[in-house]
Amino acid sequence: MSEKKKIIICRCNDVTLEEIEALIDQGITDIEMIKRLLRIGMGPCQGRTCLPMVISIIARKTGKSPDEIKLPATRIPIRPVPAGVLVGEMNEE
Amino acid sequence: MKSKADVVVIGGGSTGTSIAYHLAKLGVDTVLVEKDYLGSGSTFRCATGIRQQFTDEANIKFQRYNIERWKKLSEELEYDVNFKQTGYLFLATTEEEVETFKENIKLHNKFGVPTRLITPEEAKEIVPPLNADEFLAGQWNPTDGKANPFKTVFAFARKAKELGAEIYEYTEVTDIIVENKEIKGVKTNRGTIKADVVVNAANAWAPIINEMAGLDREFIPIKPYKHQLVKTEPIKEGQIEPLVCPPAWNDSYVIQDGEDGGVICGTGLEYGPTYDIIPTYDFLREVLKWATRIIPALKYAHIVRQWAGFYAKTPDSNPAIGKINYIEGFYIAAGFSGHGFMMAPGVGEAMAELIVKGKSHVPLEWEWYDPHRFERGELRSTAFQIG
Repeated sequence: MSEKKKIIICRCNDVTLEEIEALIDQGITDIEMIKRLLRIGMGPCQGRTCLPMVISIIARKTGKSPDEIKLPATRIPIRPVPAGVLVGEMNEE
Repeated sequence: MKSKADVVVIGGGSTGTSIAYHLAKLGVDTVLVEKDYLGSGSTFRCATGIRQQFTDEANIKFQRYNIERWKKLSEELEYDVNFKQTGYLFLATTEEEVETFKENIKLHNKFGVPTRLITPEEAKEIVPPLNADEFLAGQWNPTDGKANPFKTVFAFARKAKELGAEIYEYTEVTDIIVENKEIKGVKTNRGTIKADVVVNAANAWAPIINEMAGLDREFIPIKPYKHQLVKTEPIKEGQIEPLVCPPAWNDSYVIQDGEDGGVICGTGLEYGPTYDIIPTYDFLREVLKWATRIIPALKYAHIVRQWAGFYAKTPDSNPAIGKINYIEGFYIAAGFSGHGFMMAPGVGEAMAELIVKGKSHVPLEWEWYDPHRFERGELRSTAFQIG
């Protein structure tokens, strides 16, 4: 069990496998709620790293097939951009 | 799914889940239905702010009560909703606005809200990276605040279920059963639920529900307007803790998310009426133009997310809360015009008491929020509308 505390699934917001499994064990199996309670996929990577893993964890624990689990919305920008670039005052280095 | 309940609440946002919780607490057999996931409509898209700084007596008094509820909410729901009293700071750019601020402050103070006029220097102490030179004065109330909308909805729903309520997500109402002008139940895509009382807490979608009950869509003219927000990467805690807003700059505002420290930026640019929620590039440029003028250092912060949601607006930007007299057993709490989250604890309590006891001890002026005011052509003074 202590191993799971050390396994980081969401690197942007430091969410561990243990935290995700604990929510699922409480009956929270909807990826939309898991995302928002743990802030998975809401960091700079937009879930590119963690969401496929979260889907497989939910699938494994609930017996669902991974394609039954809908990916949460991807937000723009696809990768982080400094505000100064967007207002035209800075160049992106 | 249950086929019978005392009350069916339609809509699983902060308003609906709060009503369901308060009904269950009073021992009412309650079912809540939500067409998508909980919070998906407007709550999870909001800017997290909770304020008392309105410009009319009804909203100020009600929000003063709500702040007291928010303070104890985590304890009451046995779940941390991360409410923090970090204040709201409005900033004036003209002498005329300073005079308006003084009037507002008088009104706030009259009802016990401790708003005061502060200098740009004091404002800079509260918000260190503020571009204070641009402003003449601030209207500052340290007792306003913010909370986590995700955790709040989750906590209301969790406690409601613990008290016996049933909550069905991904359950869309397809019809309201009305016989002889009395509510008899709701039909959903997953089956029929018989009930003598139905509460329309569908906010942006409330007119569609009213129509299903046989009412005119325009009877309570709620219209969805697309509003958007962007968020930066997390910055150091304590930099922009209050909601900071110079109203003259197109109602633009910035506030640090109480959860991760990213800065949420909003502005008055809206689209609609529409049910489209695709974010726009125009908004991104507009909001950042103002945000970087309020806090110049934000230029160096990376934008990580942009999203959209609805202000479910009524013609006077005040919600419709109460009983619909044409149909026995039909209630509404909708059209919050951007203020649903901050009002949710008190609205839930007042509605539950109204349904069970016919009246409520909550200081909510029913007359002010009367759902029938629109057909009488009576409009309230427009509620000051910001996060």
